Formats: sequence, structure tokens, C-alpha cells
Amino acid sequence: MLSVKYNEPGEFTEEMLGRFAEIVARYPEGRQKSALLPILHEVQAVYGWLSVPAMDNVAAYLEIESIEVYEVATFYTMFFLRPQGKFVLEVCRTGPCCLVGAERIMAHLEQRLGVKEGEVTADGLFSWRGVECLAACGYGPVLQIGPEYTFHENLTEEKVDELIKELKNKAEGRELTAES
Amino acid sequence: MARKLLLTHIDVPGIQTLEVYRQKGGYRAVEKALKTLTPDEVVEEVKTSGLRGRGGAGFPTGMKWSFLAKPEGVPRYLVCNADESEPGTFKDRYLMTYIPHALIEGMIVSSYALGARTSYIYVRGEMMPQIRILEKAIAEAKNAGFLGKNILGTGYDLELYVQPGGGAYICGEETALLESLEGKRGNPRIKPPFPAVSGLYNCPTVVNNVESIAATVPIINDGGEEYAKIGVGRSTGTKLISAGGNLNKPGVYEIELGLPVEEFIYSDEYCGGIANGKRLKAVVAGGSSVPILPANLMVKTVSGESRLMTYESLADGGFQSGTMLGSGGFIAFDEDQCIVRNTWNFTRFYHHESCGQCSPCREGTGWMEKVLHNIEHGHGSYSDIDLLVNVAKNIEGNTICPLGDAAAWPVGSAIRHFRDEFEWHVANGREAQTRNYGLAHYADPLEPVV
Repeated sequence: MLSVKYNEPGEFTEEMLGRFAEIVARYPEGRQKSALLPILHEVQAVYGWLSVPAMDNVAAYLEIESIEVYEVATFYTMFFLRPQGKFVLEVCRTGPCCLVGAERIMAHLEQRLGVKEGEVTADGLFSWRGVECLAACGYGPVLQIGPEYTFHENLTEEKVDELIKELKNKAEGRELTAES
Repeated sequence: MARKLLLTHIDVPGIQTLEVYRQKGGYRAVEKALKTLTPDEVVEEVKTSGLRGRGGAGFPTGMKWSFLAKPEGVPRYLVCNADESEPGTFKDRYLMTYIPHALIEGMIVSSYALGARTSYIYVRGEMMPQIRILEKAIAEAKNAGFLGKNILGTGYDLELYVQPGGGAYICGEETALLESLEGKRGNPRIKPPFPAVSGLYNCPTVVNNVESIAATVPIINDGGEEYAKIGVGRSTGTKLISAGGNLNKPGVYEIELGLPVEEFIYSDEYCGGIANGKRLKAVVAGGSSVPILPANLMVKTVSGESRLMTYESLADGGFQSGTMLGSGGFIAFDEDQCIVRNTWNFTRFYHHESCGQCSPCREGTGWMEKVLHNIEHGHGSYSDIDLLVNVAKNIEGNTICPLGDAAAWPVGSAIRHFRDEFEWHVANGREAQTRNYGLAHYADPLEPVV
């Protein structure tokens, strides 16, 4: 269903391990489990989602049981347990945004990308989903795009089209640089 | 022009940087507190100010601080609750984005008052840009000697860290937040023990909202007495209001507590009236959890008095005809909005966000969502309306944390005030999906209250 690069297990690079160590240093000795959420965010930012091997590696790194990582990863909505599109468009679907047209934006995304909520486009670039209140109710409708969680406010259908075009160009641009 | 304390310099270019923030008088409160006041004197100033928790509950901050246990040799913690997720509320995001040093300065002053040597700001995970902004601000403050060892040569040490959440409304509840900060699922703890005795890592802990902590800066600068002069009665100081929904000028406004609701909605200094020339139908005044009110009851109380933006005035009439200030998430609904659809939307939110520990909340929110879905989609019956009231009543007060209440109140209040709209949905089945019930008799604030 998806491009091969997403099938890699979660090995950690030196750079990642350096970040992890910085994070663990924020907590008192023996409380390294507190680093779990920040580290899962770091891993997801690199791999796009959390595979079981990646979560097991996190558990080994923090010297906790794997189940302690699974139970956290399954509780919090930001963590993806299966591969996503390169860009995950997350539209706020809670009350205040719906007062100003969030439902219309979601319908437009579905039609424009040709995939249902949670599915990935054939080129592997996009997936989308509705998420709960993003705390930007005065600027609705809004959507965010991980892993940087850039924010797009006061959305219209035209703005969404622009954004998709921009992201496609960005993806192509990146691939060109990688090849050259 | 109303007095501002938190957003005074919000429009100054570069106010996000330490340099400009200091030019505008920033970090004076740190100097004053650490060099001239004892920790207890800082607590006293905050008590005198009458500051009440700005996250939603409205509990006096100084009193919360004075409950903190101080056993010998045990570390104490201050944790800032920046898990802003209450639908309708976006003031903390605004503050952290545009004037991050206000929070950092408040954290230093408050940590000093509580004797904390390590403090955390727990920011909801979706706010990655704000997390980066805060981390940059912390690095700047540390560089300038306001954080780290021996701050300003006073011998006081403080480390400040930012912790990301993972996308869970429930982590805004203080004990769930502490669980999350310990690297666990966000399941609220049974109280007692309260965090003031056993909080983070079983140590005495205070959890305060972003705005409450930022408010300690003007309180220390000008004194608690000066702060208490602003406002009405027990609602002292200024409050950030997040205004959203169908308004001409949605956004974050700093108001002096005591501002009339009508002025807030209609004056050009604030929301500038209802968008697109429509009329106001209803308002949720303090975030999705507080009771929704029809426009007429929002602007005036049952006794005909002008309703003010204070903890007391908004609560006037209890839940029969009043609401709450809550977190200050002010959502306006115009005449085209459907109360049933919005109630269904909010209930879906609470069902989605229930942590699942307590059966009344875990199951009840799901049942309410299903019943409301049926009514909204033309499959409801009249008895469903009473069923909703019944389920809501059985959730309320029967759960470990207030999420159960927060889920029950919007449903109870929507039916209390807009029952005819629910009945109209039942009676008109599918037609109700394409046509709105409209303004009906609820409410035109410009007409006299019946």
C-alpha cells in the first residue's frame, strides 16, 4: 500500500540518540520514563509513524517494558500506529470551527484528494483526518500539518487547493535535490 | 480605553525577543521578587491580588499556593498547564506565541514563591511551533542569567523545561497532566491526595494555567493591592477572552473583569457585533463545557440586570438561567446555527476525549452522542430528549474528574433552553437537516427581555 521507505524499523541514528539524551536530562534521576512522550514525537518526526520495532527500541532505551510504550502510544491521538501520507492534513472538526465551515473544508479535502479520512493517496503524499479542537477557534477553519505542525488559518476551498499544490511542489523539489 | 496588564506591549515589533521585552520593562518582576521579597511575601502579594485560576475552575491562586506542603528535603514542583484544549479557548496559544517571555518571567517569579528548583511547562503536543518559541525564550533567559544557577546573584537556582503532550484533552485536568508528564496515559488520579501534597513524582506540586502564571508579573510589579482595584467584587484583574464563532472580529481580547457582555459582543473595541449582519442566537461563554445560553439570557439576567463578564455575574441564576466564566472561551452562534447539531458535535468531542476510566463518562458520552446523532439525522423520538437529560444527570458528579460534568452540562443546558428546537427536529425528521429552526423566540438582545 505504501512506498518502501516506511517499512524500515525504527533504528536510531547518533543524532537522534543525542536528542534523546538531552531530553532525559530534564528529569530527576530514575524518572527517565517522563521522556517517553517527547521521544515518541522525535521518532515519529523521523519515520512518520511508530512501528512496533521502533517502540520496542524506545522501551529498551528508557529501560521500561514495551507495554508501557504501547499503552501510551495508543492513548494519545497524535501518534500514528500505521504509515501515513508524507503530509498529514489534520482539520479541526470541533464546534467553533464547524460554525465557520470546517465540515465544508473536510468534504472538499476528501473530494480533492480522492481518499477517505485516514487513507493515503496513491502517490503516498497525502492523508487527512478530522481532529478535535486545535485551540485556534478565532481563526477557523484551521488545519495543521506535522511533523512541524505548521498552521493554516481561515481556510477556504481555494486556500486548500493552493496548499495542496504547494505541498506537491515541495515534495517534488525535495526528491530532485536528493537525486542530483 | 480599558487597562491592559498582559497584552500591553503585544503590538511592539520584536516583543518575542528578550531584548525588546526587557526594553519594555520585562523581567523587573524577577528582580523585584528575588532581590527584595521573600517567597512568602510573593505568595502574600498574589493572595492580596485576588487572582483566580484562569484555566476554568476560578480557584484563588494564592490560596492554592498556600496549600503546598513543604516537608524538609523533598523537592517541590511548579507545573504550568499549557494543554489548552477546551473548545472555544485559544488565549494561551496567543500569549505563548506573541509574548512568550511573559510566561517565562511568571514561571520564575512563581517558582521562587513556591521554592521549586525545577519547573515544567506542559504544552499540548499540537503546539509544536509554540514549544519551539518557548524553548528559544528559555535559552535567551538562561543566557541573560534569569534561569540556571544563582539567578541574579541571589543564590536561587531554577531550571525550566518544556514538555510536549500527545494530543489528549483530558491532560488539561491537573492530575492527568501529571500522569502524562510522568510518561503515562493521561488518566486522572483519585483525589485526595491532592497535588499540593503528592503531585509530580509523589512530591508537592502546584499546577497553574498559563494566564494565571503570566498574571503574577503585573501583580509583583504593581503590588497585589493595585491588581485587586481592577474588576468587580471577587472578580479582580484582567482576563483574556478568546472570542470565536460568528463574530465580526474574533480573536483574543484582554478585558477588565466587569465589562458588560453586551459591550463585549457589540462594541467596536471588542468583537464588533455578529458577522454578516446576522442576529445573535446563543452564546457559550466560557469554553464548550459551560452551559449554553440563549442570547437574551446572555445579555441580561433573569432579574433584568445587565450581565457582566465576571465569575459571579455570569453564574447569576445558577444553571437554571446562568452559566460560568470558565476558561473565557466565548463562542457566538448566529441565527443560522443549529443547536442540536452543535450539541451533537460537542458530545462527540467529549466521547472522543473521555479517558475511559469511569463507566458513566466512558459509556454515557457515547450514548449521548448516538442519541444526538439520531435526532440530528431525523431518526429521533420525543422520548430521546428525556433520555438525554437522564443520561447527562447520571454522568454528572459520578466520575473521578470533571470531564464527566463537562460533557453533561452542554447537553443539559441545550435541552433546558432550546427544547423546542430538539422537538422540532424530532417532528420534522429529515427536513431539519436542510432547514434551520432559526432564531425562534430566543433572543434578540436588542429587544426587551420577556
